[in-house]
Amino acid sequence: MKTAVYILSRLAQSIFALLCIVTITFFLARLAPGGPFLEEKAVPAHLMAQMNAKYGFDKPLPVQYALYLSRLVRGDLGPSFGNKGFSVNEVIAEGFPVSLFLGIIGLIIALIIGVPVGVFAAAKRNTATDYGLMTLAMIGICLPTFVIAPLLGEIFALKLGWFDVALWEDSTAWFLGALTLGLYYSAYIARLTRGSMLDVLSQDFIRTAKAKGVAPAKVLFKHAFRGGITPVVAYLGPALAGLIGGSFVVETVFGLPGLGQHFIKAATNRDYWLINGTVTVFAILILFMNFLVDVIQAWLDPRTRSRD
Amino acid sequence: MLPLPRHQTQQGYLTHLTLLGVAVVTLLLSSGCKRESKVDIATREKILLLGNGAEPKALDPHLVSSTGDSNILRAMFEGLVTNHPSDDTIHEPGVAERWESNEDFSEWRFFLRKNAKWSNGDPVTAHDFVYSYNRILHPEMAGPYSSMLYFLKNGEKFNQGKIKDFAEVGVKAVNDFELLCTLESPTPFFPDVVKHTTWLPVHQPTIEKYGGMTDTFTDWQKPGNSVSNGPFELTDWRINAYVKVRRNPHYWDAENVKPNGINFYPIDNAFTEEKAFRNGLLHASYILPANLIPLYREREDPALRMEPYNGVYFYRCNTNQPPTDNADFRRALAYAINRETIVNFITKGNQQPAFGFTPPTKGGYVPPEVVSYDPEKARAFLKKAGYESGADVPEFTVIFNTSDDHKSIAVSIQDMWKKTLGIENVKIENQEWKVYMATVDEMRYDVSRLAWIGDYVDPTTFLGMWRTGDSNNRTGWGNSDFDRLYKESFFISEPKERYATLQEAESILLEELPILPVYWYTRVYLLHPDVENWNPLLLDNHPYKHIDLKAKAGGDGK
Repeated sequence: MKTAVYILSRLAQSIFALLCIVTITFFLARLAPGGPFLEEKAVPAHLMAQMNAKYGFDKPLPVQYALYLSRLVRGDLGPSFGNKGFSVNEVIAEGFPVSLFLGIIGLIIALIIGVPVGVFAAAKRNTATDYGLMTLAMIGICLPTFVIAPLLGEIFALKLGWFDVALWEDSTAWFLGALTLGLYYSAYIARLTRGSMLDVLSQDFIRTAKAKGVAPAKVLFKHAFRGGITPVVAYLGPALAGLIGGSFVVETVFGLPGLGQHFIKAATNRDYWLINGTVTVFAILILFMNFLVDVIQAWLDPRTRSRD
Repeated sequence: MLPLPRHQTQQGYLTHLTLLGVAVVTLLLSSGCKRESKVDIATREKILLLGNGAEPKALDPHLVSSTGDSNILRAMFEGLVTNHPSDDTIHEPGVAERWESNEDFSEWRFFLRKNAKWSNGDPVTAHDFVYSYNRILHPEMAGPYSSMLYFLKNGEKFNQGKIKDFAEVGVKAVNDFELLCTLESPTPFFPDVVKHTTWLPVHQPTIEKYGGMTDTFTDWQKPGNSVSNGPFELTDWRINAYVKVRRNPHYWDAENVKPNGINFYPIDNAFTEEKAFRNGLLHASYILPANLIPLYREREDPALRMEPYNGVYFYRCNTNQPPTDNADFRRALAYAINRETIVNFITKGNQQPAFGFTPPTKGGYVPPEVVSYDPEKARAFLKKAGYESGADVPEFTVIFNTSDDHKSIAVSIQDMWKKTLGIENVKIENQEWKVYMATVDEMRYDVSRLAWIGDYVDPTTFLGMWRTGDSNNRTGWGNSDFDRLYKESFFISEPKERYATLQEAESILLEELPILPVYWYTRVYLLHPDVENWNPLLLDNHPYKHIDLKAKAGGDGK
């Protein structure tokens, strides 16, 4: 019962947050100077007026906002001005799966690299190996993706010829994109894993196991690993949201048709409905992931429930 | 030829994984031996792979204005007159077999070929053109570039809604194959004008199958729905990934169309595009970033192309307010700019220092040589403007849209004005693209940078904007002699004489200098040696049907 109440209140919070985000985005986008129809070559005043009338931008802003909300509730995100002939729904339906795909592969790469490195570093605590690995991870965190991505492209595509350097169709460039994201997040995951493994390894039951003469490897993987990995699991949700939302750089560097590119281009083009649409999708994604993590944690740990 | 539905091309995640597997296996089996590049395969299959800048805003000729978008549209559609593969001044017959005008060039008759067909087999008739011009000019269409059709009599008034009946606009189908255009004023260069994207026809039944004539968000332009009359038809389109066109079997000259198709790739990051070219993924890049040009020049890379382009880079002065309301002060600024330095050390792509405004055309119009770098003259003008020294000049700001190249140019001009004229108080400020356009549109600036690319090869596309009150003028400058000479030029049939009148007009502009010309553009890009019959064109409108692909011995995509 308590859990159900908690989940419902978290859900209500998420929906309220979403409404705030949608509203703020709508008005912020409209406050920015310039509009979707402004071009380098002058658009005659009568044409500008015609276009504004055609797309309903001549109405008072509150009316436009009300219309926007009523469409949003029906799931209609409106047309995209930067991609005439496509609705924002279509643009997102094409772009989101690409970002999701990149994000999931990136996350898998991050786990494959990050978890073993973290466990290994924890096992070799305070040795040269540990310091070396953690320094590497620190560098990984500090190197922004816009440095790693072109570097990977230059080495693995142009020098070695193992992958294609750009494009989506019949191209292997997406792997370099996912690898960039994966490497970046593997550094976080390695540090996180090491920290929580050390936590667990210092606990009494581990000492008992060791004292009983259990083989060190068995202690590490059978006894410590389960507890040590829990924080990483909790981190997966936000990490995936971050991976998907943060893929703008790799999408640009490798020419991949994900949602990240639209996110930025919509803003620079003043493509109002696309701005609102992409922000809404990312907001839902992040809110949902956080909601999910909270629910799972509440389910795992009754203490969390009472805290709120 | 059946176009794939869009979602079917989206399924490719598994394909991607499979591809990766194949790539890894091939790699293991053949390490050391070079695999055939995408370009090699495409050359064999005669598919042209082109980088094309930003994602197209639409594939509807009545809705677009950018050069990248018109590249795709020119592959898909054909106008009355079309582009020649090597000479911008030659008019190639398109849907019109031939054309003639009355004595004063105010009436043009286009005789359409009887075998021109839409990609669904329907004949292309004069009525299609009338319908199209009605559509783009219709107030409810709100076509952003519809002003290109103001050449037609009453075109502007109809577009503004002042005339309701399209029958009053100067375009008529005399019969199925004869189109009569009556113009607002005599226009000797009208065939140049109708080559522009905005004059392309659209297919009425297709437009109306998916919505009303003036509905802009319908599905007609999507693959499988789109019907066009050019050498190619649309087969596939994925946002930010590709636009593919393939042979239109119904095209009247299909047997002379060389490529089997074109893939346009919207890669708007110029560095990514350059890498894609190096990686053998493209036959031609759309542009090459200025800081990579020296690299290609040093190793004399045959792929590097630097060709004169129909555009000018300049600064606009706000003549409504001090200090730029003073013509002598503007002259001082103009003569203090060392344009050689800018093209040699900043833009680096063989751009030509602008001594006038309109870019010179070989065998055509050449602007009067007025502006130059002359420190003595610049200082003299500063004195004449009433400033004892540059330090007395009140503060003013140069604005430009955010870009490293614009910034480098602004910084170097700021420095030149300081060194030559002693002006200390020049601020430079970058603004985000749309903010910058709004600022310029509302004339809230002192000096702003701008590029102007001509729509057709004729000085009027550069000089028209400097008429008093023209919506693109945005300097507050106007001169009745300039306006008169410009207008007179339309009534002169003999090109030499007409050019002389326009030169006279342009010298007024260059004497008064509401603008500070900097350089004339070049197109700088990379072209694969397999591409044949791709010639330098001032407008860069390559008629793709003439372009051939042949593998060159030893060509490895590098």
